[in-house]
Amino acid sequence: MADIPPPLQGPTAKEKKYDRQLRLWGATGQIALENSHILLINSGPGVVGLETLKNLVLPGAGTFTIQDSAVVDEADLGVNFFLEEKHLGGFRAEHTCVLLKELNPDVQGHSISEPVESWLTQPDALKPYSLIIVTAPIQPDLLAKLAAHADQALVPLFYIHSVGFYSHFSIHLPPAFPIVDTHPSPETTTDLRLLKPWPELIAYAEEKTKGIESMAADDHGHIPYVAILLHYLQVWKKEHNGEVPNNYKDKTAFRHLVTAATRTDTPEGGEENFEEAVSAVLKSLNAPEPSSTVKEIFKVPECVIIRDNSPPFWVIAHAIGLFYTKYGVLPVPGAVPDMKARSADYIQLQNVYKSKARKDLAEVLESVRFLERNANMSTHIEEKDVEAFCKNAAHIKLVRGRPFHVVPAEGDLKFGANAKSLAPGSSDADFDSDTEKMTSTALKLVDSLVKEASYTIDEDEYDTIRAQIAELAQELVRAGGGELHNIAALTGGMVSQEVIKVITEQYVPVDNTCVFDGVRSKSSVFRV
Amino acid sequence: MAAADVAPLPNGSEGTRTRWKYLDRILDRPGPFTDPDSFAPGNHETLEIAKVLHSGAGGLGCEILKNLALSGFKDIHVIDMDTIDVSNLNRQFLFRAADVGKYKAEVAAAFVEKRVKGVSITPYCGKIQDKDEAYYKQFALIVCGLDSIEARRWINSMLVGMVDGNDPDSMKPLIDGGTEGFKGQAKVIFPTMTSCIECQLDMHAPRAAVPLCTLATIPRQPQHCIEWAHIIAWEEERKEITLDTDDPEHITWLFQKALKRAEEFNIPGVTYSMTQGVVKNIIPAIASTNAIVAASCCNEAFKILTNANPFLGFPGTDGYMMYTGDESVYTYTFEYEKKEDCPVCGEDALARPLQIDPEATLQEFVDSLAERPEAQLKTPSIRTTEKSLYIQSAADYERMTRPNLEKKMKDLTAEGEEMLISDKAFPMMFKFSVVWKK
Repeated sequence: MADIPPPLQGPTAKEKKYDRQLRLWGATGQIALENSHILLINSGPGVVGLETLKNLVLPGAGTFTIQDSAVVDEADLGVNFFLEEKHLGGFRAEHTCVLLKELNPDVQGHSISEPVESWLTQPDALKPYSLIIVTAPIQPDLLAKLAAHADQALVPLFYIHSVGFYSHFSIHLPPAFPIVDTHPSPETTTDLRLLKPWPELIAYAEEKTKGIESMAADDHGHIPYVAILLHYLQVWKKEHNGEVPNNYKDKTAFRHLVTAATRTDTPEGGEENFEEAVSAVLKSLNAPEPSSTVKEIFKVPECVIIRDNSPPFWVIAHAIGLFYTKYGVLPVPGAVPDMKARSADYIQLQNVYKSKARKDLAEVLESVRFLERNANMSTHIEEKDVEAFCKNAAHIKLVRGRPFHVVPAEGDLKFGANAKSLAPGSSDADFDSDTEKMTSTALKLVDSLVKEASYTIDEDEYDTIRAQIAELAQELVRAGGGELHNIAALTGGMVSQEVIKVITEQYVPVDNTCVFDGVRSKSSVFRV
Repeated sequence: MAAADVAPLPNGSEGTRTRWKYLDRILDRPGPFTDPDSFAPGNHETLEIAKVLHSGAGGLGCEILKNLALSGFKDIHVIDMDTIDVSNLNRQFLFRAADVGKYKAEVAAAFVEKRVKGVSITPYCGKIQDKDEAYYKQFALIVCGLDSIEARRWINSMLVGMVDGNDPDSMKPLIDGGTEGFKGQAKVIFPTMTSCIECQLDMHAPRAAVPLCTLATIPRQPQHCIEWAHIIAWEEERKEITLDTDDPEHITWLFQKALKRAEEFNIPGVTYSMTQGVVKNIIPAIASTNAIVAASCCNEAFKILTNANPFLGFPGTDGYMMYTGDESVYTYTFEYEKKEDCPVCGEDALARPLQIDPEATLQEFVDSLAERPEAQLKTPSIRTTEKSLYIQSAADYERMTRPNLEKKMKDLTAEGEEMLISDKAFPMMFKFSVVWKK
């Protein structure tokens, strides 16, 4: 066996090309991306939408389509990277599509140059698309039509607007958008169940700490810290009527107990494993209680009532809810952080956690199968999906998508379909009057919001808000509806991150509106 | 209000700045936040004549070149020593499969020059360290999209060292960006006026290395087995061959070694991809995050040179923007305080306290300097006011001082003594004062 030269198990060409992103969203995320068909409805200077698409074509989104009826003019060349001089006078959709396709031969691209008003009247015009991005300006009735489609077909819809130094985007997700693979930060995922150990874990700790007082130095210095903590918890409980250290004061006292047990007659003057034990006290000695967001998920209607067409997420969530009701804890995730220990002892500990995780999984799986039978489901949920859910059960998220509030066209500031010429501040002659109009419209909105929220506002605060709004309006009008490439590129980066999160159903998307201020380099997220 | 000089004509052969219609609205009109003393409406010359340098033509670099060109800059220089690899293509959008193996700086410059008419991009395929003060002095500002902290520290100390109090033109703003996965940061430094890269070094603390004895005797993680193959097995079995982490045969060898060791210890999880990741210290990177950080850097560059709006980094204001996209979107914009005892931009006389274990050997101390967040020195040469402890900058000195490596620190120096450390990677001296670790 040893004489046979090892085969070259190198990565495939695709794995090589996408290596840096596969380390983030893995093969399943990549497949979801490759199966997507993204529609961009482009307008205005048209930069932010294309910069968004660029960041989706590069990582290999399957297919994109650009709907844009604009004709390339000179101003496009100063702001849009995906157009060249020779394209002047041609359809913007067509040429940007070609130059974007160049970025990745694995991606298909199509263009539609028909005006959006007539194109949208075709039946099933939106049917092929799994995600829609629309850039402002767009007529409110058309946006309402897109929102209605998103609502009915459960297709995620993104709305982006980039003007001068400011930008904003909103995401309309389906009413239930659950995420299992939220990629929580590694520091938050350790779940060792030290306060609720099961018999095998207790037995492990006893075995590893047997005769701890008289243990040889090298053995003592290699007891895994999990065993150390479990051992001294027993000691503590004996002295405290069987109670574990519950509050900060107790935990501090318990920490002293462990510190005092550290041997100092070693060449290093201490023991690394005991140091690890001491520093783990505050964060590991917590009751393994699920967060309120997770407990909320068990109570929502989709989770409570399982039907034959319930998506797998809800079936598994229901099963895990049953597990929680029965045991008061979530299934053991099974991961063990690295710690000072001998290889064999560590692997043994890992196996204690893994076997428990497998046992819990088996129980959840049994409930899942029961639910499937009960609801007469025709297909089985894959075991690996149940396993992934159990592993991350403490960090699942549910985002409730909400439709856009589309304001009908009225008042002083109308944005036509061809807003290039109509945007406030387009011409120097109207600059001052446009600023005034926009300020007064914004102030009217503020007044109605204040009224709607029955918020009492004092005179000083109101004056400050009015002054700020006047400034923001002036800065917006300054750009005259034009895009700055940097702000469009930055916003395109943000939106493409969100699109990837939504398509791969990994990480947690913005819920549901984000504003970027390029003057101060700050962003804010709002739920509207 | 400046008169509109962009009256549209029908056939696309309009005046010279027609294509900058949107940009010129910003340049021609003051905004509510512009400083009337520094912003001159209608000034297009500043952008046209300013020479800007960009170092790094990788993921951030491709974006930065595009953004600078479309911000109206006309004279852009780019430095990068790397050639194009196939794994760059998922985000470095100025490169195609046919470009693999060519110099990044050259391909990127040619691409953007062709795409954006009227911009000149001068590539230099080499190291930033090849260039001297006279070279850096010609630029109005420097944007960095570098992938190593060493390179950042080098350019930072170069720019701080160039500042001449009597010559305002000698102070070159430095704009630096970095990304990892869905996270990134952009910051603006005004050398000597605001906190510099060296002041902020503890924000770039290296990951703690796994102790050698764990690798050698008690591996527990797949990464331990890979590091063992990388650091120990290769040295033992293939010493005569220089490890090339880009050579698939070498990675495969390490992978097989690691896999075999993992099997001996029953450790699951060693894969080819993980082997590559550990050995090359791969940081996940995507186009989206590069776009965010690069555009933020270029937005600040544009604001600094045109004064079209307030910029990050003005002394006493926010200079640092952190972006996190893992969970919703979160940005944090703040001011990082300048450190009085910064070895690069702080007071010359100040020595920073450095905790040292008196029982440690000099060798152990030398090794620890690579990891300590406040030092991060991989090839240090160490002197005290009394004597040279270990000098590795010249072979003769190295031989003469090598015996010291086995001595204990308490026998070589004393509490409160001043210690001077230099490193060939940096042009400056680090001054510390010894504090015994209790």
